[in-house]
Amino acid sequence: MQEIQNLMGGFAVALTWFNVMLMLAGVTLGVLIGVLPGLGGANGVAILLPLTFSMAQSPGGATSAIILLSCIYWGALFGGAITSILFNIPGEPWSVATTFDGYPMAQNGQAAQALTAAFTSSFIGAFIAVVMITFLSPLVARFALQFGPPEFFSVYLLTFCAFVGMAKGSAFKTIASMMLGFALAAVGLDTVTGQLRLTFGYMELLKGFDFLIAVIGLFGIGEILLTIEEGLVFRGKSAKLNVKVVLETWKELPKYWKTSARSALVGCLMGIVPGGATPASFMAYGVAKRMSRDGEKFGTGKIEGVVAPETAAHAAGTSALLPMLTLGVPGSPTAAVLLGGLMIWGLQPGPLLFVEKPDFVWGLIASMYLGNIAGLIVVLTCVPLFASILRVPFSIIAPVILVICAIGAFTVHTSMFDVWLMLAFGVMGYVFKKLDYPLAPMVLALVLGDAAENAFRQSMLISQGTLSIFYSNALVGGVTTIALVLLFWPLISKAIGILRGKSGRVNQTE
Amino acid sequence: MSQPQDRAVGSVRLWEIIVAVSFFVFGAIVVWDSRRLGAAWASDGPQAGYFPFYIGLIICISAVAILIQALGSGAKGANAFVAWGQLKMVLTVMIPSVIYVALIANPLYSLGIYEASAIFIALFMRFLGKYAWPTAAAVSIGVVVVFFMMFEVWFLVPLPKGPLEALIGYR
Repeated sequence: MQEIQNLMGGFAVALTWFNVMLMLAGVTLGVLIGVLPGLGGANGVAILLPLTFSMAQSPGGATSAIILLSCIYWGALFGGAITSILFNIPGEPWSVATTFDGYPMAQNGQAAQALTAAFTSSFIGAFIAVVMITFLSPLVARFALQFGPPEFFSVYLLTFCAFVGMAKGSAFKTIASMMLGFALAAVGLDTVTGQLRLTFGYMELLKGFDFLIAVIGLFGIGEILLTIEEGLVFRGKSAKLNVKVVLETWKELPKYWKTSARSALVGCLMGIVPGGATPASFMAYGVAKRMSRDGEKFGTGKIEGVVAPETAAHAAGTSALLPMLTLGVPGSPTAAVLLGGLMIWGLQPGPLLFVEKPDFVWGLIASMYLGNIAGLIVVLTCVPLFASILRVPFSIIAPVILVICAIGAFTVHTSMFDVWLMLAFGVMGYVFKKLDYPLAPMVLALVLGDAAENAFRQSMLISQGTLSIFYSNALVGGVTTIALVLLFWPLISKAIGILRGKSGRVNQTE
Repeated sequence: MSQPQDRAVGSVRLWEIIVAVSFFVFGAIVVWDSRRLGAAWASDGPQAGYFPFYIGLIICISAVAILIQALGSGAKGANAFVAWGQLKMVLTVMIPSVIYVALIANPLYSLGIYEASAIFIALFMRFLGKYAWPTAAAVSIGVVVVFFMMFEVWFLVPLPKGPLEALIGYR
């Protein structure tokens, strides 16, 4: 099989001493980022991205750079579980479901078991997703090679409509936040006509808004402001992981293989759809609760309640990289930042990447296997260390993180204006979070704004201005239809609810 | 019994309205600027304002919808947006941060990012964390030295520098 051969080539690229060192460093840094409040996967990677600029210049350096950054991502995914279980603070939105049973387990004195279960299932979820990426992504990429502008625009449309359909809060807030991202992306020089848009004579706005600044401000500063609201103290459980507990938990885990398999499936499917990781973790938790024999005990510290969301969240977080690599459409803010990195290094993500830079692509895929193994080893051995970091008082951590954010924002374009922008985005992130405006659609719109607009313009040029081009063949029509169904899903589900209600039986589940 | 610490600073409804109105104004600006550039169809294809025009329009429509939802929100809308005590915590972080960024580079006298960071961390620890001066100084200087080594020496990413770095030959 061609894929296996390619993968072996990828391992040859990834398995140099330098790259393995980068993996370990990346994972350790990533766990640290995942554990610290105010730093998550997305803005952690965004802040460290400028450090890779010089690294990516050397031959083969882009592969090393992406290995470093993606390993930070894996680390951050693992790190989220530590804070959820020990401190009842979800590090990332998709760790929220882990707190339901993880924190009660820690309160019952089973923190070590919960952590082992979480890490192991994270690893399994990610592993299954990577296997899927290995075999599915070349197919998707080959298929996508035939895409023209209308097809790409319909995929972008699907991406953004999925956010509306999957949103838990107000659909209009999702749309408003997303369109704000598009509008901010349009600021600056229009590459097609050479005209200045929305700059109002300010030279600083000429180059537009960089989404990396938005990510650092919205997620970094905004998160710090939200955290500080609750006061300066964290109260957490302590945990010691020793080999005995790990082995005992491992012996217990195979019992839950069905839960793992189901959750991994949910995660892989949902992860390909943008914004899918968080719903995937909740869905997996819900499914596990319903299918389990003692489902009513969920929430009191059942190990299955940790296995299900963690497997799904990691499977989803990993498979979010599939559309990023094959179509150039990121599935999560962190994938968007990685995509931004590729573009800065001069690589164009999308189907052509598989043809033009097979070394890079397969090196990255191989590093996903190795990075997750490295991640598992690092987290299992260093939990007490990472947990102790959360005991460092917030009055030390907060200013240091603010300094890190400022440095990160400055280094993107070596511009002080960006640091001010970051503060503004921080306040915006704080207000938006408090009012339940989702931030991820805005970040993705900022990243994809130009690409989506270009695809739209080119399609319009082909069709001479009629929208019927998005129904010109089965493929583009199908994707557009799915997108529209997702866009109107809040209305459709309400209509279904009313119809059900009328027929006399309200089917209430969850 | 409402103590001054728990006094609400605006209700959720009020802030929903403020944000929705801001969205509407922003959307209107986008629409206006796109009209100025031309949002129609030129002989060579869509004009520069074609795409942003509709973006602005959708922002305005969503803003109106959010406004209507906010006005219709019952008891939930009356909840406090933020308590005064919480806002005070937020401001004690936000105001020093603004001063910190201003200190890094300004037209009068720029301290550079390293000196400004050291002062920021030390003062934050001293006044919010109630640490003794020696501890605050040790931590802040230690952190800054690590950053200096990382950016200027190892990764060769230049950051804004001030008078002290000039003394040891980094500009």
